[in-house]
Amino acid sequence: MTVMQLIFLINAAVTIIAGIMMARVQRLLHAALWLVLALFGVAITFGLLEASFLAIVQVVVYIGAIAILILFAIMLTRGGTDDTYDNSKRWIISIVVALIALGGILLALFTWPQGQALTTPLTPAQQDIGAIGVALLNPEGYLIPFEISSILLLAALVGSIYVGIEHKGEEK
Amino acid sequence: MLHEWLYLVIFIAISMFIPAVAIGMAALLSPKKPAPIKNSIYECGIETYGPTKIQFKAQYYLYAILFLVFDVETVFLFPFAVAYNKLLLFAVIEVIIFVIILGAGLAYAWRRGALEWS
Amino acid sequence: MSFIADPVIFITNWLNGLLSGWGIPAMWVQFIMFIIGAGLLAFGAMIFTIGLIWLERKLGGRIQDRIGPNRIGPWGLFQPIADMLKIFTKEYITPIGADILLYNLAPILAMAAVLGLWAVIPLSSTTFGTNINVGVLYLIGIGAIGELGIILAGFSSNNKYALLGGYRAVAQLLSYEVPMAITLLIPVMFAGSMGLNDIAGAQKVAFIFQAPVAALIFFIAGIAENGRAPFDLMEADSEIVAGYNIEYSGLKFGMYYVADFLHAFTSALLFATIFLGGWRGPGAEQYPILGFVYLFIKTAVVYLLTITIRFTVPRLRIDQVMAFNWKYLTPLALATLLVTALVDKLAPVGQGLLRIILLLVANVLLFLLADRLVTLYRKNHQKLRKVVTGIRPVPVTIRPTVATEEPEVNS
Repeated sequence: MTVMQLIFLINAAVTIIAGIMMARVQRLLHAALWLVLALFGVAITFGLLEASFLAIVQVVVYIGAIAILILFAIMLTRGGTDDTYDNSKRWIISIVVALIALGGILLALFTWPQGQALTTPLTPAQQDIGAIGVALLNPEGYLIPFEISSILLLAALVGSIYVGIEHKGEEK
Repeated sequence: MLHEWLYLVIFIAISMFIPAVAIGMAALLSPKKPAPIKNSIYECGIETYGPTKIQFKAQYYLYAILFLVFDVETVFLFPFAVAYNKLLLFAVIEVIIFVIILGAGLAYAWRRGALEWS
Repeated sequence: MSFIADPVIFITNWLNGLLSGWGIPAMWVQFIMFIIGAGLLAFGAMIFTIGLIWLERKLGGRIQDRIGPNRIGPWGLFQPIADMLKIFTKEYITPIGADILLYNLAPILAMAAVLGLWAVIPLSSTTFGTNINVGVLYLIGIGAIGELGIILAGFSSNNKYALLGGYRAVAQLLSYEVPMAITLLIPVMFAGSMGLNDIAGAQKVAFIFQAPVAALIFFIAGIAENGRAPFDLMEADSEIVAGYNIEYSGLKFGMYYVADFLHAFTSALLFATIFLGGWRGPGAEQYPILGFVYLFIKTAVVYLLTITIRFTVPRLRIDQVMAFNWKYLTPLALATLLVTALVDKLAPVGQGLLRIILLLVANVLLFLLADRLVTLYRKNHQKLRKVVTGIRPVPVTIRPTVATEEPEVNS
């Protein structure tokens, strides 16, 4: 058991427990905070795979923007106080669905030929973030998805403003 | 490269540990005399009434959405910035198109009055 | 490498040799060195804040034509220590209904968010915490953790005003992250890497000359991120009664206070590293200790500028703060990014000085254009206050009947 394996196991355990607690706690705000912990676990997983850019983007975008958005949404609506959701009857169904999904993912992983390969440390050329940049802007690379993502962001922005503007006039 | 990240984790752990130790030390040194009027919520000297959750103000959420969109845009632009010295003028034109599309979003928000703090 | 030239590396090598000599395997030696280094840096930063608090109060007093602390110790030097002793022994009053875990976690997160910035800053050519290759994005991420701490503080205090203050504070911090992140793209473009070591090392000519508008926007956004004047309605006493940290007392409040002052200095440090060249200066590569000195001088200049702005400029309202960010700083930052990227690619290759001059000219033109647009906008959108009635009659001035002495002039 190397140190890396130990760190990975602890990180995986924390992430899974955070995910389960997120689904199980009563107060919505605490669920959002368990989500933040789970997202941290994912960022550390990226870091362990030496994808440093993705790890830091996970923290900046998911925890810095999306988690704060979720917290705002919870706190600004009545969701923070309405904790009367009765989830005692449905947990069996959700566990069965989750186990089926997990079984499917594990099946896909074990039949994938690369699934059993060990990770090797990346060469400096593979760690270069400039390569991501060159690939993103290469017409034979990912240029079209790059531009389409900007249109997607524009659509999200315009949509949320359109919905939000109506509500702006509602409060006193 | 991983040992650099290890240093970061150690640093953040220590920088959370030191204030915790300081607060714990102060908890040992300080008096503890809780009284109902001391522990009550501060509301300019009067008792609090009404629910403790304030009213829904859509403006906060709009600012958060605006921040999210521009944050994701900036994150997309970081690999471009790192690879800038190896790229051609064509790549810069592509990025200009990218930024102009999102600038149009900002202009839309401006015109619709989503940026006003009402 | 003698001790005088580079004390930090000298001590590091000596400790390395000592620990290896005791027979500890290399990985554990590195781990222990990391812990010692991180502990010293974090602890040193916190202790350094005591001097910063004294400097700020003294200087602020002088700007406001008063003396500042002068009772305790020569020139009031021990005033912050007395303040710390007082704060250590104050009682922790936890409000009823507060979420205990979150309530106690929030000041620790706020402090960790500021201390965490020190891990990536190159203090000299050889001394740095860590050289991760995504240093610039790490700065933005740590800011996000700080915002999380503020929103936790506001919510867990079970207080309407704390919640409102928390929302406003987070709205302001979120908004000013955008121009800060966009302008941080420009030094990354010039240096070709996101690591702060590489950015500091690539500045043969300081980046402030190549991208002055970006430096200005970063400076302003840094002040706004910190919550200092003129953007300090997060903590203004006359606004929402101290904002999100109403319900904190004792050292928990002290943590917010210390984090505020340390963040101001750290912002100045980051500005000096990213735009002013950091530890670079004549002879800083051969004698790394000179790197400390240069960095300190540059940071001191920026920090004193920040303090002067704080005590000079009046406070902005929240709608002015937001309008300034979304209607001026963000479009200007985007425009600067595009113009800089374009001009840098169009400049003839190999001509260093010509490129810098072209960039400088482009930035100045952009700034003047933005200024002109703002004037046009203000002319079109100026809301004139309606005059309700005519000139109102004013009461007759009461003259003193007995003119014995001049009234005292209070300044």
